[in-house]
Amino acid sequence: MSNVSKANDWARPAAMALPKEGYFALEQGRYGPTYPRTPACHGFTIIAKIKPGTEGEIRAYGKRIEDTIAASPHALAPLQLHYLRWVLFDIGPEKYFMYQGIFDTDFDKYTEDAIQLFKATGVDTVFEKLEGFPSDWKTNAPAFIKFVREHQCPSFLEYGEYPYVSAAEIKKALTLKDAFSSILDQMQ
Amino acid sequence: MLELDDIQHFLLARPRALAARYGFLCFRRPDDGCAWLAGIIDRVGRGRAVTSGGPLDSRWVTVAFTWNGLRALGVDETSLSTFPEEFRQGMAARAAILGDTGANHPDRWVGGLASSDLHAIVILFARDVAERERCVQEHQQYAAQFPGVEVLSTLDLEATPPFDYAHDHFGYRDRMSQPEIEGMDIEPTPGTGAPLKPGEFFLGYPDENGDTGPLPQPGILSQNGSFLAYRRLEEHVGAFRDFLRANGTTPEAQELVAAKLMGRWRSGAPLVLAPTKDDPQLAADPQRNNNFDYGQMDPHGYAVPLGAHIRRMNPRDTAVNMNRRRIIRRGGTYGPPLPEGAPDDGVERGIAAFVGCASLIRQFEFAQNVWANDPRFHELGNERDPFIGTHDGSYDMSIPKRPIKKKITGLPAFTTVKGGAYFFLPGIRALRFLAAGAPATYATTVSLSQDALGA
Repeated sequence: MSNVSKANDWARPAAMALPKEGYFALEQGRYGPTYPRTPACHGFTIIAKIKPGTEGEIRAYGKRIEDTIAASPHALAPLQLHYLRWVLFDIGPEKYFMYQGIFDTDFDKYTEDAIQLFKATGVDTVFEKLEGFPSDWKTNAPAFIKFVREHQCPSFLEYGEYPYVSAAEIKKALTLKDAFSSILDQMQ
Repeated sequence: MLELDDIQHFLLARPRALAARYGFLCFRRPDDGCAWLAGIIDRVGRGRAVTSGGPLDSRWVTVAFTWNGLRALGVDETSLSTFPEEFRQGMAARAAILGDTGANHPDRWVGGLASSDLHAIVILFARDVAERERCVQEHQQYAAQFPGVEVLSTLDLEATPPFDYAHDHFGYRDRMSQPEIEGMDIEPTPGTGAPLKPGEFFLGYPDENGDTGPLPQPGILSQNGSFLAYRRLEEHVGAFRDFLRANGTTPEAQELVAAKLMGRWRSGAPLVLAPTKDDPQLAADPQRNNNFDYGQMDPHGYAVPLGAHIRRMNPRDTAVNMNRRRIIRRGGTYGPPLPEGAPDDGVERGIAAFVGCASLIRQFEFAQNVWANDPRFHELGNERDPFIGTHDGSYDMSIPKRPIKKKITGLPAFTTVKGGAYFFLPGIRALRFLAAGAPATYATTVSLSQDALGA
């Protein structure tokens, strides 16, 4: 059945509580269960332990990604992202890395494209600092995908102040606003 | 360098064929299966025949196996476990991913295709029906020697008249866009893109990333092999014509609706280049009929709707990593044509086609799961591919138009999946390895030149 029932009521904030599995009904994607679109769009939260002594290198990559995006602002456009957040935190004596992304596409659908982009932008080199990351990831896409899925922690609650609105819709709205502003300027 | 003496011809060229038969086999006894295979290998077409420039034979034989079929021929469990998971599971088990639900569910498939007893397919393309019948008789006599080789089902295919160009039962011209392969020295037609690395279609060669990837083992089995996704798709011609009549008040308006669903006029002329009126001359000109993009020439879909079939199956410059998603299509039509103006007669007719690729999950399954069935493809919201998407009457089709778009709601199902399977299409040496019972000690030193002579 169509899933158009998620009414386009962007003005009505919404929250969605999710079961432990991260989905209500098992829907198989190509690489495993797919996760539902929530009021906060699609997304993932990958948490993994880093290899000892690599914290400095990982933090340095933050600057590198900043430079990559500054030089190629649309490098990550195919992922239809809203936001990415990278966090390092401690659990006891060990250091963990959290990579949280909010985007408009089901990650399962565009997994290979994402990995291709990870490689192109250097994100993959951060993954190399994570415990258990497959050493043959460059030629073994299924192993890369398996690692990502095994370290994905599904949300149990997601909230959207303007639910189900895509980044493309936001950009279109802001473009229209600019256009109207320009028209009004011309009318002065 | 492509090993054209070893690669089966199937994905390298289309035979000039007007008839075909697909035979679906079960190997009840491994020794009979191996013996049957041993005797048929020399009839299997090789890539070299395609490139030699000489006249092609009047019949072309192709043999491919399911994962269960490889096991039935004696391939050991260690080797079987090295094949990709999607191939091991088979198409029927991947039904939910492919959208094969409801009327398309494997429980409703015909010909034993959803059964684990399906072990192999023999594909025969023949220049005409008479030649096909001759070959079928010949094969039946040959196969009768091997009672352990059971024919689960067969499907006869015939080109749909008129024969001036290939088209399906809906009337759409087929074979308009096909990737070329590096090393075949075929100049791509304008708009096709540069030839792709062989590893996108044949195992053991570098792909577009320069990788050869983890290959199924042993190497002699996987080298020069490909994967095939088979789909038997019934076309509901009566329902399709009813739909056109309901959505177009004149024949011209109906033709335009048909063109908008496909992205090309039924003649094959692309809407990007002929947006308002059909152009059969353009359709027949390979130097022009594929020479367009979307990002620059039709970004909003005023010519080709964002959800039209050809825009989904090949988004061209509006998708990333396109060279890692390309596929090679083969196949034809089955069932009698439904005369224009005749009511639907309830007889099954459709297309029975193969998608050839090096990775079923990255190429075929992506196209079916995402491009065909993702309702939010290109930000559409509630649409699926009008022809190969899964439909239950609840999806729409938007046709961009100034000042406001036309929206067709409740698109009916124009097709039903009647069967499907994943096959591995081995090279010739691999066929000999399988015919020998896939022994661990199999000599891998047979040279191609020796093998080409049938040694």
